[in-house]
Amino acid sequence: MSQLTDVVAAAEREIMPDRGARVADRLSRSVPAVLVFILGLVLWEVAVAVFQIQTFLLPRPSVIAATFWEEMDGVVPAGLYTMRQAVGGFLIGSALGILIALATARWTAAAEGLMPFAIAVNATPIVALAPIMNQWFGTYNPGSKMAIVAVMVFFPVMINAVRGLTLVDTGALELMRSYAASEFAILRRLRIPNALPYILNALKVSSTLSVIGAIVSEYFGGTQDALGYYISQQAALTRFANAWSAIIVACGMGIAFYVILLLIERVVMPWHVSLRNTE
Amino acid sequence: MPGPGELNLSAVISITNVGKVFNIGKANRLVALENINLEIQPGEFVSLLGPSGCGKSTLLRLIGDLTSPTSGAVLVNGKPAAQARQSRDYGMVFQQATLYDWRTVSRNVQLPLEVMNHPRERRETRAREMLRLVQLEGFDRHFPWQLSGGMQQRVAIARALAFAPSILLMDEPFGALDEMTRERMQSEVLRIWRETRTTVVFVTHSIPEAVFLSTRVVVMSPRPGRITGVIDIDLPQPRNFETREDPHFFEKITEVRECLRQEERQSRHESVD
Repeated sequence: MSQLTDVVAAAEREIMPDRGARVADRLSRSVPAVLVFILGLVLWEVAVAVFQIQTFLLPRPSVIAATFWEEMDGVVPAGLYTMRQAVGGFLIGSALGILIALATARWTAAAEGLMPFAIAVNATPIVALAPIMNQWFGTYNPGSKMAIVAVMVFFPVMINAVRGLTLVDTGALELMRSYAASEFAILRRLRIPNALPYILNALKVSSTLSVIGAIVSEYFGGTQDALGYYISQQAALTRFANAWSAIIVACGMGIAFYVILLLIERVVMPWHVSLRNTE
Repeated sequence: MPGPGELNLSAVISITNVGKVFNIGKANRLVALENINLEIQPGEFVSLLGPSGCGKSTLLRLIGDLTSPTSGAVLVNGKPAAQARQSRDYGMVFQQATLYDWRTVSRNVQLPLEVMNHPRERRETRAREMLRLVQLEGFDRHFPWQLSGGMQQRVAIARALAFAPSILLMDEPFGALDEMTRERMQSEVLRIWRETRTTVVFVTHSIPEAVFLSTRVVVMSPRPGRITGVIDIDLPQPRNFETREDPHFFEKITEVRECLRQEERQSRHESVD
């Protein structure tokens, strides 16, 4: 009898692996990626030694790690400061992008007037804007950095949101028409849900863009406790291991930002094709 | 039966001298419908049957006010079609189920009720009733992509009937389904039609489907789209699988087919001249 229940239990485990098993499964699937990453670091380390690459060109990973450990008190707060600019600018830029896209979907004529401006904004290299923004908001004002990030983020978010709001299935629209639905009801129940995947994609791309924008804007002056300033200073002083340790902080922040958006995506649209559990 | 030109107040749908021309004033001008006259009584199940290009879908869309006629008038429940749409007299089912991906089955059925601002509790009760009607109990929390094509189409029917419209317009709803599913869905629709007493206008290009379902089959022909015959289908109700083996069923199929062929022969004759 107990043998039978064992068999049944085993079969049930087979059909419905419990949470622990699922986590283990996911971990085991990430093993190859981790191995490749470690292998890459080892190759880097070996290559620098074997080819006698000068430290100012490319420090060994172990040296970077040691420097990072020593410099943590400076690099991490600088990273957090820069992250604040990036996130602030990201929020402003994407909020504006989404608002203008909503207006566009509602008043098509106004949208046509706005488009050339949006395209012009996008075509402007942000580096060219940095001194102007410093002038407008003050070099030491975080607003000048956020403004640059916001300008960078604005365009991809707006364009994708407009696409998502307007590229709606004709059948789905006719259905709404058959219910004599108001424009607002159509916006709320059809256009916005339809635009969510587009918007979230744009936000994911923009998250990394905003970190770049924040760091580059800091090259143009401002507070010394910022990552961009730190990198350019350390490079000028030929302390490349220090610069690299700051770059690693920037990289880590970019990844963290991206991962947070991935999680938001899972929460906001679990129904989407890309997130379907097809086991 | 009232004669032509007389106003029949009992009709649910009354179409008078309707014509529809696409691309007016352009080189690709197309007369989709010409001189259409048709009256549909409450509780009827009327099929619009004909080859592709005969304007049957356009006629259905005119009734549902998804497009407006170039000439003539469409009255629904005594009102112009546009007004009937505003007062939500139509439920519609298209060839594609067009369920919203981001909504569960139950929430898809509730969609029209949400648009019409029904309170939540009523929406949920109604969705349960409708899902029972189309025999999809227990699927309320599924997402559309988890259902087969036939099940999706049943959800679409439940959604169309959720707000109890007086008219159900169906545009080749089973066109994308396999033959077996299709026959089962036909029986389902007939049962739902009996239970809800809704007037149904059904577009199809399948002769057996039209004959099996309808109380009347409207035969149409293309270039320009017009009605070439209206055939009463007096097969006994309720219809079931036995109906499909009834000799009278086959007689009716033959009658409809003859009507379609006659028209074809005539138009071929004309083009030879």
